[in-house]
Amino acid sequence: MPRLLLFIPLLLFIILGGFLWKGLSIDPRELPSALLDKPFPEFTLATLQEPERIVSKQDFIGQPVLVNVWATWCPSCRQEHRQLLAIAQSGKIPVIGLNYKDERDLAIEWLQQLGNPYQFNIYDAEGMLGLDLGVYGAPETYLLDAQGIIRHRHVGVLTAEVWQELQLIIKGWDSVKN
Amino acid sequence: MLKIKVLIGILLLQSSFLLSAAIDVYQFDDPEKEQRFQKLAFELRCPKCQNQNIADSNAEIAKDLRTKIQQMLIAEKSDTEIVDYMVERYGDFVLYEPRVKPQTYLLWYGPGLFLVLGLIAVVLIIRNRNKAYDKTNEQKASLSDSEAKALHDLLEMKQGKN
Amino acid sequence: MIPEIGEFALIIALFLSAVLALVPMYGAVVDKELWMSYARPLAKGQFLFVLISFLCLGYAFSQDDFSVIYVAQHSNSQMPMQFKLSAIWGGHEGSLLLWAFILSGWTLAVSLFSRTLPLDMLARVLSVMGIVATGFISFLLITSSPFLRYLPRFPEDGADLNPLLQDFGLIVHPPMLYMGYVGFSVAFAFAIAALLSGRLDTAWARWSRPWTNIAWAFLGLGITLGSWWAYYELGWGGWWFWDPVENASLMPWLVGTALVHSLAVTEKRGVFKSWTLLLAIFAFSLSLLGTFLVRSGVLTSVHAFASDPERGFFILMLLAITMGGSLTLYAFKAPNVKSESNFSWLSREVLLLVNNVFLTVMAFTVLLGTLYPLLIDALGMGKISVGPPYFNAVFVPIMSIMSIAMGVSIAVRWRETSAKLVLDKLWLPAVISILCALVFPIFYGSGFDFRVFIGISVSLWIISTVITEFIGKFRNTQSLSTKLKQLSFSYYGMMLAHIGVAVTAIGITLVSSYSEERDMRMAKGDSVELAGYQFTFHGTHIVTGPNYMADQATIEVTEDGKAVVTLHPEKRRYNVKRNMMTEADIDAGLFRDLYVALGEPLNNGEAWAVRVHYKPYVRWLWLGGILMALGGLVTVADKRYRKQSGQQELTNA
Repeated sequence: MPRLLLFIPLLLFIILGGFLWKGLSIDPRELPSALLDKPFPEFTLATLQEPERIVSKQDFIGQPVLVNVWATWCPSCRQEHRQLLAIAQSGKIPVIGLNYKDERDLAIEWLQQLGNPYQFNIYDAEGMLGLDLGVYGAPETYLLDAQGIIRHRHVGVLTAEVWQELQLIIKGWDSVKN
Repeated sequence: MLKIKVLIGILLLQSSFLLSAAIDVYQFDDPEKEQRFQKLAFELRCPKCQNQNIADSNAEIAKDLRTKIQQMLIAEKSDTEIVDYMVERYGDFVLYEPRVKPQTYLLWYGPGLFLVLGLIAVVLIIRNRNKAYDKTNEQKASLSDSEAKALHDLLEMKQGKN
Repeated sequence: MIPEIGEFALIIALFLSAVLALVPMYGAVVDKELWMSYARPLAKGQFLFVLISFLCLGYAFSQDDFSVIYVAQHSNSQMPMQFKLSAIWGGHEGSLLLWAFILSGWTLAVSLFSRTLPLDMLARVLSVMGIVATGFISFLLITSSPFLRYLPRFPEDGADLNPLLQDFGLIVHPPMLYMGYVGFSVAFAFAIAALLSGRLDTAWARWSRPWTNIAWAFLGLGITLGSWWAYYELGWGGWWFWDPVENASLMPWLVGTALVHSLAVTEKRGVFKSWTLLLAIFAFSLSLLGTFLVRSGVLTSVHAFASDPERGFFILMLLAITMGGSLTLYAFKAPNVKSESNFSWLSREVLLLVNNVFLTVMAFTVLLGTLYPLLIDALGMGKISVGPPYFNAVFVPIMSIMSIAMGVSIAVRWRETSAKLVLDKLWLPAVISILCALVFPIFYGSGFDFRVFIGISVSLWIISTVITEFIGKFRNTQSLSTKLKQLSFSYYGMMLAHIGVAVTAIGITLVSSYSEERDMRMAKGDSVELAGYQFTFHGTHIVTGPNYMADQATIEVTEDGKAVVTLHPEKRRYNVKRNMMTEADIDAGLFRDLYVALGEPLNNGEAWAVRVHYKPYVRWLWLGGILMALGGLVTVADKRYRKQSGQQELTNA
């Protein structure tokens, strides 16, 4: 019996090693959204380009949408802009912008320079909607279903691969519907 | 080459968060509230940073969260309500003191359990050694005279070497 | 050219270490003296070439050779020379080279200072160290060479070292730490050699002890320096964050402490041999695990060197081979170990075994807490964080209970002691400790405080038991000085180290319970009161440093109207990285620190956010650490390890 006990440290190490190996393929800084499968938070905020126009959740519920959190101070947002324009042009899904803790004038100028893929932009100057959403930095993109439930969050640049992933998820809903 | 530029870029970006201590002024009339603020800021993790609590971090999100805590404290919310608010939006990740639930039983009770097991093991080991020693003593008693002398000589030689 | 020489020297070193790993080991197995005798010269050769490589990198830094990628990433022409040189270990690749350099240094030391060691033992020990060196040097060459170049076009100037690192702390902390981490490889090598050769008598323990104690002392010193550095550098007055990288250094230290004690028992009494062997393997394994954790990106940390899963994989393989191999060897060979003596329930052996259990559980607790988020994530159960609240809640109680056992163990003799004797010795220290601890918070603080009571009583208990035991040694002697000389260095070292633990515990208790801080908006002339001191802000002015510009504030500190000190915290902007950094100013004292740091300018510089700290007894934290390290080093001066004459024939037989 004591002989077998001596193998315990080795066994424990093998288990530890297994976890460490798995750990190598996980990104510890990637946070899944705490609001997954929960409704998009309520809000009443002005839009970016028309300060008198107040919008709320009702303005985009009814169909699947992408909500893209962006700002002019975020260099990666510039990188993903082209992809957003492509998505908007394809017409597959409307893109709503959430201008996060930004300056109105700079943001409007940016859209004029680079193009505007957004149906409209929520102007979240204080970042309070971002806080309710669990945003911790830009860019972030949320995929909402027709009922306004958050189904997926992507943190970081929206690349072509990510768009493929999102399309697959949306296609999955369509097949369920049919 | 690109990888290296990216690495430098990332280092630069990250280092900007490291370099200044987050010293902002949050006014509280009530010293008790100020204490609670410090405690909460110490126990909540900045969702974006490299393992810093929101008290020490200079990141935008950390500042926003500190402001939010201040607002909630002034609005007479309890500590539990504030913490729940944060967890609702950012998940358990944001708690430096993990909640006690089945997933964390091993974490919270493990050390105590292992301490007790270790001490029990010590007791068992010593008991076994004493038993084994007594047994060899008994065996020694049953050696014949010549065997006993041979054993005695051997032991003496060994002690001389050490 | 020089960097290429550096790389080439490393390649030669790799060959030498590979030969060192194989030839003397083979010689020991087939008992061929010629093969075994290669060990010493190979160790010297390996050291020489790693040294050359290290010097080449240093040269590249000193000459601002920005065609070398690593130099360009971590240096800048405006940086002061001492930081250019310490930037050698300011990043992942260079710090690995430092690791390899220190490893070859220890290997050389073992080859030089081991004349009493039988040749086959020495051959095995050096071969094992050669195996480790082969692993690290190949890691360097294959994935992390510091000598890679930016060619044909290279930057005109470097990206500068992170300003937080441009500090005295960088010059001392990593080398000390690595001396410890790597030093445990010697204990490890001795344990493996003992297992391989079947020489599991107590001689192995006697040979291991001085090396282990030195490594332990350096590691403790390194941790102490790290804590001190973080305190004054990071600007918020904290001294320990239970960050994964910090934990990575604490774990081997805890197991190392258990090992130091266990080796003592094994050497003196010939018992617990299997356990000591296992501890030696664990201590070094934890060093390697720490290396893995901070470079693989598996955990997030403010101190992380690199987050490269590719490199992480390589280190994991290294870890698998060393740990897996050694633990397998252990499982097969350890049963051959026999105990040499017996002991009763109330004996020093038992108490040291209990101490070992406590220390191992503490190390395991730190490991569990550090890895738990990874565990949960790997099992797909989400993302959680484990931080200071957890560690403080779990670690401190265990530490306190262990301290009680520490006091008892000093009074208890080897083999067996009567309970009455122990109680006679210990009742007075117990009473003194409890009374003083009850009274202290009332006089010093604002009333009774349970945490302070526990911290002070436990620390005083340790100190008073050590002193009682020390005084007891003089009871029957005539001459004070002869007795003092009679007591071994081992004993003095033990006393120093144990008192060091108590001093650190006092520091931790008091600074945690009684420190005060305020964050204030201060304009010129504003004053704030903290802990009986008045801090008056007298505005800022610009100063220029060698590679930065700063706003320097003048803060006058008075106590009851009498001037105490004038502090000058700075908010620096470094020229190259253009980031803001706060440089606190501290009035250090034995019994309290006054700590001031600048935050953000408010109202366009008319006022500033200022943080003011009062930190009582914080220096005791590090003083205790220094005492512990000193204690460890003093034990090595013991004449046991210097006596070489008569021992040689006996041990060589």
